[in-house]
Amino acid sequence: MALSRNISVSEASRPKLPRHARLKFDETRQVWVLLAPERVLAPDEIAVEVLQLCDGVRSVADMVDQLAAKYTAPREAILTDVVAMLQDLADKGFLTEAREKTS
Amino acid sequence: MSDIFADGKTASAAPSDGLAVLEQKRSTAETFGIPLAVLAELTHRCPLQCPYCSNPIELDRGGSELTTEEWKRVLSELAEIGVLQLHFSGGEPTARKDLVELVQHATDVGLYSNLITSAVLLTKEKLSALADAGLCHVQISFQGNEPQVADRVAGLKNAHEKKIEAAKWTRELDLPLTVNAVMHRQNLHQLSDIIQMAVDLDADRLEVANVQYYGWALKNRAALMPTLEQIEETSRIVEEAATRLKGILAIDYVVPDYYALRPKKCMGGWGRQFFNISPAGKVLPCHAAESITGLEFESVRSNHSIAWIWQNSEAFNRYRGTGWMPEPCKSCEFREIDFGGCRCQAFALTGDAGNTDPACTLSPMHEQIFKDAEREAAAHQDRFLYRNFAGGTLETEGEHGA
Repeated sequence: MALSRNISVSEASRPKLPRHARLKFDETRQVWVLLAPERVLAPDEIAVEVLQLCDGVRSVADMVDQLAAKYTAPREAILTDVVAMLQDLADKGFLTEAREKTS
Repeated sequence: MSDIFADGKTASAAPSDGLAVLEQKRSTAETFGIPLAVLAELTHRCPLQCPYCSNPIELDRGGSELTTEEWKRVLSELAEIGVLQLHFSGGEPTARKDLVELVQHATDVGLYSNLITSAVLLTKEKLSALADAGLCHVQISFQGNEPQVADRVAGLKNAHEKKIEAAKWTRELDLPLTVNAVMHRQNLHQLSDIIQMAVDLDADRLEVANVQYYGWALKNRAALMPTLEQIEETSRIVEEAATRLKGILAIDYVVPDYYALRPKKCMGGWGRQFFNISPAGKVLPCHAAESITGLEFESVRSNHSIAWIWQNSEAFNRYRGTGWMPEPCKSCEFREIDFGGCRCQAFALTGDAGNTDPACTLSPMHEQIFKDAEREAAAHQDRFLYRNFAGGTLETEGEHGA
């Protein structure tokens, strides 16, 4: 089962936060935080925006289209950055992939 | 990785994940801001009798425990002042009949909840109810990799088998699992097997925590102290496993400070980033702090707020920062790295919590203590003094197999 945690992020991936990773706005410190077992992480603005798109429904391709349109930036550059960021998060266990329900 | 708990020690990895270290953004004046995580020791009651229990020798009786309503008020207050994570601990937190209600309340006020448990009282239904109440993470302690050693250390028959079962339920419920393995002379030979057990249980994390010697563990030091050879072997095994299991099992390693050259930065420094709340409601700089006589600890039952106690109480301010330090700490270049080590250990071993922790080679007592440890480790005095409310019970002659 441990292997199921290691996902390889591609344009077709539909990443989402695992149930033990919670993204929330910390009112006291006025920063976004990502809460995980024994850890509190502080994602930057871009990371927060990307993480908020990780709903298990959108594919990485959809996310990149959306960001490219919003920032009128070259799609290829955004794709490279987003995949690298998501892969890094996935490797650390803060991201998983939506799966088809298998009974 | 921007891991605030780790004091940014892993932050040098230059991640591309856009995560920054929160601590570095804070001004010096905010250094003692409200901790991100708090340990709630719901009870000192526990079916296990581990000889290294981190609870104080003077255990809080059931009758003195905070009520459900009092704990709920505490949880709400913690969330309000900026605490993000709560560790439900004990004793055995599942011995509290209101645990599900408390976890639900933590969820309702926005706290991320961790359960630190021996797991022997859990049923699948109970764990499922906790998950439904919003529990985020389960940490189960293991005393070995098989029942013979594990049940003897725990002082409870069938404990190991129940733990294995509960660990499986945890993963079936898709809750992340941390295996906590407390290591000492009488189980270090099982370390490789314990690591494999954690992998087989599909744990996310493994804590290899060498016993820290105060309270019950200090009373049992002769039975628990590892040999220097064992420690060297342990470090080798952990290092090899951490590399081999990268991406499968994260391993946190706590070294035994008796054999270290520098003391540990205990609790991240006294009153810097951590506090815990005892079963009776005392707000403490660490779970062993009540062992230091002469310090008065404020309670959540007092008319002070928790934030006031953290910022202003005498006990928290006594050993904060570096101003309290005597030599050799005072002029030491490491004074803001380890903050003089552990106050409880300094008190237990020197009689004065304001002394340099003898784990430090610069302490005048270091050499004596190191020799004591080596002598005790070699003597094979294996009999345990089990932890209980009666002040401890010596293991029956013959059961320790010596």
